[in-house]
Amino acid sequence: MPNLNINGRNMSVEAAPDTPLLWAIREQLQMTGTKFGCGAGLCGACTVHVNGEAVRSCQTSLSEVAGKKITTIEGLSAKGDHPLQKAWIAEQVPQCGYCQSGQIMQAAALLSKNANPTKEEVVEHMDGNLCRCMTYSRIQKAIMRAASEMRTASNSGTERRAT
Amino acid sequence: MNTHVKIADVTTGRESADLSRRSFLVGTAAAGLALGYSAVPGMLGADQALAAPANFDPSVWYSIAPDGIVTVTCGKADMGQHIASTMAQIICEELGANWKDMRVQLASNDPKFNDPVLGAQITGGSWSTMMNFDAMSRAGAAGRIALTDAAAAAMGVPASELVVRDSVISNPKSRKSTTFAEVVKSGKITKTFTPDELKAIKLKTADQYTMIGVSVPQLDIPSKTNGSAKYGIDVMLPGMVYGALVTPPVRYGATVKSVDDSAAKKVPGFIKAVTLDDKTGTTTGWVVAVANTYVNARKAAEALKVSYDGGPNAKLSSQSLLDEAKRLQSLDDSGLFFVKDGDTAAAFGTAAKVMEAEYTTNINIHAPLEPMTATAQQQGDIWHIYTGNQFATRSGAIAAGAAGVDPKFVVMHQMWLGGGFGRRLDADMTVPAVQAAKAVGKPVKVIYSRENDMTMDFSRPLTFQKIKAGLDGDGKLIAMNHDVVSAWPTKRWGIPDFLTPSVDKKGGLDGFTVNGADFFYTVPNHNVRAILNEMAHNATPSGQLRSVAPGWTFWAVESMVDELAHSVGKDPAQYRIDMLDGKGANAGGAQRLRNTLLAAMGMSGYGTKELPKGEGMGVACVSSQERATASWTACVAHVAVAPSGEIKVKKLTVATDVGTQVHPDNIRAQVEGAALWGLSLALYEKATLKDGGIEQTNFDTYTPLRMSQVPEVAVSVIANGDKATGVGEPAVTVIAPAIGNAIFNACGARIRSLPITAEAVKGAMKA
Repeated sequence: MPNLNINGRNMSVEAAPDTPLLWAIREQLQMTGTKFGCGAGLCGACTVHVNGEAVRSCQTSLSEVAGKKITTIEGLSAKGDHPLQKAWIAEQVPQCGYCQSGQIMQAAALLSKNANPTKEEVVEHMDGNLCRCMTYSRIQKAIMRAASEMRTASNSGTERRAT
Repeated sequence: MNTHVKIADVTTGRESADLSRRSFLVGTAAAGLALGYSAVPGMLGADQALAAPANFDPSVWYSIAPDGIVTVTCGKADMGQHIASTMAQIICEELGANWKDMRVQLASNDPKFNDPVLGAQITGGSWSTMMNFDAMSRAGAAGRIALTDAAAAAMGVPASELVVRDSVISNPKSRKSTTFAEVVKSGKITKTFTPDELKAIKLKTADQYTMIGVSVPQLDIPSKTNGSAKYGIDVMLPGMVYGALVTPPVRYGATVKSVDDSAAKKVPGFIKAVTLDDKTGTTTGWVVAVANTYVNARKAAEALKVSYDGGPNAKLSSQSLLDEAKRLQSLDDSGLFFVKDGDTAAAFGTAAKVMEAEYTTNINIHAPLEPMTATAQQQGDIWHIYTGNQFATRSGAIAAGAAGVDPKFVVMHQMWLGGGFGRRLDADMTVPAVQAAKAVGKPVKVIYSRENDMTMDFSRPLTFQKIKAGLDGDGKLIAMNHDVVSAWPTKRWGIPDFLTPSVDKKGGLDGFTVNGADFFYTVPNHNVRAILNEMAHNATPSGQLRSVAPGWTFWAVESMVDELAHSVGKDPAQYRIDMLDGKGANAGGAQRLRNTLLAAMGMSGYGTKELPKGEGMGVACVSSQERATASWTACVAHVAVAPSGEIKVKKLTVATDVGTQVHPDNIRAQVEGAALWGLSLALYEKATLKDGGIEQTNFDTYTPLRMSQVPEVAVSVIANGDKATGVGEPAVTVIAPAIGNAIFNACGARIRSLPITAEAVKGAMKA
């Protein structure tokens, strides 16, 4: 029975080690924010973080993530107030919303490493995530907004320390 | 349908006396104010008799709880167009509530939630805002009047002295005020409305609006940023097991000869393989592997050895369907007339010039990102179906057919739709869920694999169109014969009311295959024939894909008009403007369409500067969806074409006249999404039939637009003050012809088949 560290908690899952992480999260742990889209790593709807990296949970088995830190959309922030989540609301990004958990998790992995991405870097990083409603331009805007907010927050933090 | 069925309410576990109302307003209706037409005396007598005495008027459309929270029940499927929020906004305008107090929930298939205009629960056609605007406005106004009357009585002043704003009722003279919450809590609301009184309510005029026209935060969006929004795939019921499909290699018409489950039995958790017996004809040759988890169900499905009789369509290909379409089009007596104005035969006889062209579109797949899914649960006599669906009225009946019960015993529980685009007008997903649940005696959630979803789509049909046009000596279009050959998606529903009588009353045709061909150009002699391609109809049961017919009719019309303009040396935009003269039945609409075209031309700088070699701008303008429901939409596409034929769309400029803007930001979101759908269908999406089956199975071979392919999109929304029209679809239809026309202007290649490929462009350049 594999043990998983998900969103800061240790959980044991009743599933075979070759079970895709996606289905363990959705069915065994009943955290349904992570979505099934294609089962082949082609759409990005199932994106979660493993040790901070964005991975496709439909292509990741439980045995691969043993002992690693897994974060899902439910665990990205305590109150749904990660700068990306706030930006997603500010820009009114989602339409049907089904892909958006994956979009946000994919974007969060980018911003954790690169707080000032160019448009080209955003497009390259996000191109594996399909949005069938085609909200792409708002996704881009929201990522830029969140990045800007994160930079401002860290700058003002520095300034406060300096004074 | 299910109005008087006694059931145990699944959400509360308590015995409900009647499914029609209380089970959907549990907790609020009991002590809250609720409003709606089913409660209007005389409209639905039985419902009225069941109203609890503590309530003012139990409602269909919304209720107000003692804490002042207004919960709107949306009878429309919300697939990302934020229609639930839009309904709340229209109600909120007249009710005078604070937007922060508004909530939304999704309706069941109870007929009391039927569309007030359509008389059924169906979401499509970009109809919802237009057709519900009046009903929601009146429901909101009635609530405001009732609350105000009660407050006036309590304050001892005439109601006319009171002002309602942000859920507060105040008296400017005495400076006293009360809240919606306090009035509801008092239980002193007595006002009721007869249908005539409701109709007589004087609604606000546009200058009095404080909510309509404001981009309020969409109520569903926060739940779509934190994973908490519940879609059909997220339903969890106690004791539930899972179903995975095995679908045949042939799209339609196969039968299962045998199922060998010996290997599946070795899969842990495997319960049963269920071969569907679908008397509704929705599915053919499907088997469901049921297991304790979806992973195990999928493994079992893969382990099943199913042998098939491929049936009558097993040898067909896209080419067979196209050949058959061409054969049918060539026959004089094919099809039914959708338009028959003047005498085209005589006009062709006098024409100075006659041109003919053929246009095709390939099969397209909806591919919403949430694959089809449904959960079925039998409780006593009642079947509960949990799924996001666009046509609860019909889908409930299909589920009932699959269960072998009367439709009144089926309750459809609506969920947020993980994309609809017309795909969820169909009910196929309910059939395996119901029959598997019946076979194993437990609730079953069926989830299609992406491969099931793509190969079993009710696709946009392959279409073939031929246009013959006659011009007079001045180059003016005087005659057009337009034949449209396709499968007939709406005919498949088996609902005669949805068919359109032919103009000569010779039969019912599927208007949703020819809408748009009845355009607003003045063409004195004009025939449109709708021709059913029976072979395609049977082999590729088609569905309604975002924008439906105007997605192909305007491809043909707007390309042909461009060809005509070029053939007589006129500017294609000016040629259109000349034909949009608003004569006769085209009055009003033609001018609005002309104005949007001018707006798009102006915004894009059309004709104002010389473009570099290999670049071009093309125009198109459309009256999608139907003549009676049009949002007037024009596009100028700017493209660059490489010598290889490769196309780069540099910019799409879209102008649309929607009459009245309820939510400007949402309109922009919908128009942009629709325009990008149009681009995706124009350049990137193609499905093909081979040996009776759809060849594309996942997003590696069926390839909707990705972020890197998004061009600059400029949207201008015009609101001329007329009634609010729909925006989910029209912009889809204007893009492909605008791009095709731009390609012609860039490099001289005329493309007449969708999707447009680099090879086709290169080939046409040489020709």
